[in-house]
Amino acid sequence: MKQYSYYPGCALSAEGFGRAFDWSTKAVNKLLDIEFKEIKDWNCCGSVPYDTLHELASFCICARNLALAEKMGGDVVAPCSSCYVFLSRTNTYLKQYPVLKSQVDEALAAGGLEYHGNVKVRKVLDVYVNDVGYDAIAAKVKKSLSGLKVACYYGCQEVRPIFGHDHPEYPKYMDKLVNALGAESVPFPMKSRCCGGSLIISEEAASLDLIKKLLDSAISNGADCMVTGCPLCQLNVDAYQTMVNSKYKTNYHLPVLFFTQLMGVAFGFEEKDLGLKTSIVPAEKVLAKYI
Amino acid sequence: METEIKNESLVDEICAIPGGEGIKVCMQCGTCTASCPNADLMDHAPSELIAMIRAGMREEVLSSNAMWLCLSCYLCVVRCPRDIKITRLMHVLESLAAKSGLGSKRTTTPVIYKGFNTFIYNRGRISELWLMVRYYLQTNPFKAIKMLPVALGLLTHSRLALKMDKMSPEGIKQLKTIIDKAESSGGAL
Amino acid sequence: MEPKIGVYICHCGSNIAGIVDVAKVAEYARSLPNVAVARDYKYMCSDPGQNLIKEDIKTLGLNRVVVASCSPRMHEPTFRRACQDAGLNQYLFEMANIREHCSWVHVDHEKATEKAKALVSAAVRRVYYQEPLESKEVAVNPCTLVIGGGVAGIQAALEIANSGHKVYLLEKEASIGGHMAMFDKTFPTLDCAACILTPKMTSVGQNGNIELLAYSELVEISGYIGNFKAKIKKKSRYIDAVKCTGCGRCSELCPTSLPNEFDCGLGKRKAIYIPSPYAVPNKAVIDGKNCRHLKGLAQGKDICRLCQTGIEKKGLPGCEAGAIDFEQKDETVEIEIGNIIVATGFQQFEPTKIYQFGYGRYDNVFTGLEFERLTNASGPTDGKVVLKDGSSPRSVAILHCIGSRDTNYHKYCSRVCCMYSLKFAHLLREKLPEAKVYQLYIDMRCAGSGYEEFYERLQEEGVNFVRGKAAEITNIAEKPEETGKLIVMVEDTLVRRKRRLPVDMVIMSCALEPRADTEQMARILSLSRKADGFFLEKHPKLDPVATTTDGIYIVGCCQSPKDIPDTVAQASAAAARVLAIISKGTVEIEAAIASIDEEHCAGCKICIDMCPYKAISFDEEKKVSRINEALCKGCGTCVAACPSGAIKGRHFTTEEIMAEIEGVLA
Repeated sequence: MKQYSYYPGCALSAEGFGRAFDWSTKAVNKLLDIEFKEIKDWNCCGSVPYDTLHELASFCICARNLALAEKMGGDVVAPCSSCYVFLSRTNTYLKQYPVLKSQVDEALAAGGLEYHGNVKVRKVLDVYVNDVGYDAIAAKVKKSLSGLKVACYYGCQEVRPIFGHDHPEYPKYMDKLVNALGAESVPFPMKSRCCGGSLIISEEAASLDLIKKLLDSAISNGADCMVTGCPLCQLNVDAYQTMVNSKYKTNYHLPVLFFTQLMGVAFGFEEKDLGLKTSIVPAEKVLAKYI
Repeated sequence: METEIKNESLVDEICAIPGGEGIKVCMQCGTCTASCPNADLMDHAPSELIAMIRAGMREEVLSSNAMWLCLSCYLCVVRCPRDIKITRLMHVLESLAAKSGLGSKRTTTPVIYKGFNTFIYNRGRISELWLMVRYYLQTNPFKAIKMLPVALGLLTHSRLALKMDKMSPEGIKQLKTIIDKAESSGGAL
Repeated sequence: MEPKIGVYICHCGSNIAGIVDVAKVAEYARSLPNVAVARDYKYMCSDPGQNLIKEDIKTLGLNRVVVASCSPRMHEPTFRRACQDAGLNQYLFEMANIREHCSWVHVDHEKATEKAKALVSAAVRRVYYQEPLESKEVAVNPCTLVIGGGVAGIQAALEIANSGHKVYLLEKEASIGGHMAMFDKTFPTLDCAACILTPKMTSVGQNGNIELLAYSELVEISGYIGNFKAKIKKKSRYIDAVKCTGCGRCSELCPTSLPNEFDCGLGKRKAIYIPSPYAVPNKAVIDGKNCRHLKGLAQGKDICRLCQTGIEKKGLPGCEAGAIDFEQKDETVEIEIGNIIVATGFQQFEPTKIYQFGYGRYDNVFTGLEFERLTNASGPTDGKVVLKDGSSPRSVAILHCIGSRDTNYHKYCSRVCCMYSLKFAHLLREKLPEAKVYQLYIDMRCAGSGYEEFYERLQEEGVNFVRGKAAEITNIAEKPEETGKLIVMVEDTLVRRKRRLPVDMVIMSCALEPRADTEQMARILSLSRKADGFFLEKHPKLDPVATTTDGIYIVGCCQSPKDIPDTVAQASAAAARVLAIISKGTVEIEAAIASIDEEHCAGCKICIDMCPYKAISFDEEKKVSRINEALCKGCGTCVAACPSGAIKGRHFTTEEIMAEIEGVLA
């Protein structure tokens, strides 16, 4: 049994908009003999808003989560791309900038906590690919997804700015995972381009333009559906498709799923275990053959 | 009319912040701007902004809308031939702009950020629905009406919760202590 | 005789005197034991400075000298010579470095002065124990090995050969010429590269003093300046080079077609081929990996000897000279030379690494070398600039700085790309006057004779210069006029706007980088490399062609990226250095080497394996180790390793070193 501490973040929490990612990940974990133990009383990572308006505090609140994870031991898995980036960079900056470290240590001490820099931050895809492996995953496939054409959407923060997993502009490791499930991953030039997530509320027009480019690219390459590993990307491309259609007079109906949902389908789980009905653009038709 | 070089210390100020020191070595190749998805919407794209910082144009830089339009997609950071952390620079500039009260008037992004941060301070976690409600009420209530179909879709598909998420009382207290201590050390790095 | 020490503290202008109180240091020196005189002077290395030393030696009878000044790497030879001139053995001299080790690295005047005093004290105590030593002279072999047959190697070989001395010119490929032979026109004069190079290549082939070892590689070298031995592997061409006339008929008969390396893979050659239209030596060569017959032999089959037998029914005879020899084997030869010139050149950066430019994914994205072959009349398209589908491009973009000036690939600037990009733009304007040519640059680096004028000329010729580095090449059209084109995304930094340039063809000016085999070469030749991977020169300003290994020189792009004029100049410079040594006829061997006291040698042989220069051998009769004084570099490894203390490091004895340490701590 592989164990990891788990940082769901606001998006994957019980009230979050990405809770289907949480449900499907936990379902898939059962079959892969993995346990994610949620950090008790975790706090929001702060993401861009906190970093922008309260820089030092932003490092401190991330360090709080890492300090709590350190007590639990092992690596911490942060599924949301933004949480992952902010927690990871806290580690890097604490190592690189001693003055910052002393300020963060002081703040943590005021709250009765200590962080020694020993926690490695991981993403779900990274854990599945590197700790479990494609072969082990392929072995668990009950219903091969052959015939399904999938555009693997990494989003802009899956492979950057934390480097080392795969190519920072044109990664392949989610594609390989999808292929291991029997599906076909289509070429997708925009696979790691931004969906406009962080600005969808305040700069809607700019973000809708980016979402349209993603949909164009995926569909023109023959995708039946899109999978992603970031809750904000999923929300954007899924929930705002109708707005894209009305702005640009297009007719997109591309289902957008979490890759763990696709894994769950291939592993034979039922719809309710995977939260498939939470998608705005319905995935029923596309997945009818396999569920 | 000549624009005199005003505040040279802006460069020093930014270089003193972790991640900001890179602006000294920018060679103005334009790769960052050319890679930026939102550069056409910015009044001064990233490469121009760096040149303006080096020329000490403090007010123009801090009242720019550029950093508020940064998506944090990091494409510029990947491609920059001088390894400058441009996205980090954008966050730093947002911070300085907000502090100096020059936060760009042309974008409502600072409003949503402030709302986001208030949730964190009071509850430790955010609630998307109430965040958006608060934002629309503060900026443009009529826009909320346009967004209603999206919001309803999310609500009916169990994507948005009416209930607000929060940490335990002890947890919130601990978090507040840590944040307060950080803010009291000047907040700035 | 009691040591009588003279101490001289140099001001070095304000370099030392600006931080160190030199008068105080001289005063301190005067108080040290055995010091007969201590002076301070503005510039010890100058004539009057050196005369101070010489006068004191004569009039005061000094028998030891200490100069406290710069690094011994600067002026140890100067002061040693001054002593020698005044009749004092040069090994009775010692330097204290109070510049690089003191005044240049500290800011506190008081502390720096104290440190300078300590360094002087150390030198004074050490010099007390120093002994007079004599250097030996050995004869120099007048033959030279030049490794690399590009323009650098060719130039160096011709210079030396024309002075009447023998040169071995070693070239890895089947023909000499290197990269220059692949170019079309050269900047800024627009001379045709082949036209100016081929006469030199022919001279090499015909010069009686040059033994051309083409299709051969260096395996090993041993020895020292004036007396090197080199082992060379002559790869088998499967052709008898004496019989082959270079007629090329074999090539016409061969059924196996492959991408041609000389055309960067854009054209085709056969498995048996003449390397290029102007190959020297003009002999065929068989590509053993792809020849059907040779591959068949490995499986015990005898197939396809068409080059040999010809095709009877078509009336086409095979090789009439009978030059094809499938039995030919690689041959190893050993040569003896006195000096080695390394001219191995560069390789082009492979832009597949930069995913966003689409090299290898899109048609019609070319590297600089590929474009040279396209415009070259001897190239795969007879000099016509065409797209993959054979049509003429109506618009071309030339991208600067691909792989250069980039922390992600190579930090350095490749120096020649701005100029050859201008050249490309000129060739395009000439051959395709209707086409639009864009040149995307960050800076225009045109420092050279006629270079800036060439830039102005290209501006006049109507090239669209865009100041910005291309960020990406995409084929996703956003407007109707972009359909079917390659769209270059760039910020025009001069107008501060993002631009999308739809073009038919993209040429990437790629970096010049160190060759992949540089590491291996460095190991064989005991050469160091710089952080950027190119070979390390002895001194970047004052000695750019020498290396720290005496007798081995580096010239051309293997030392750093440069254009043809600088390459030729360096080649001539190295040739001159070699000729100077040959003409002197002897070299001085450093006397500060190890020596073995045979009485104390237990014959354990530990020192033999430890020696990095293979300078120690074992005398089987006397059962003792013996040091080859010419090979020994005085590194001290054997001195430290010897368990019986039988090996002494001359000029670095235990007493001398301990005295130095005591002096610093005093």
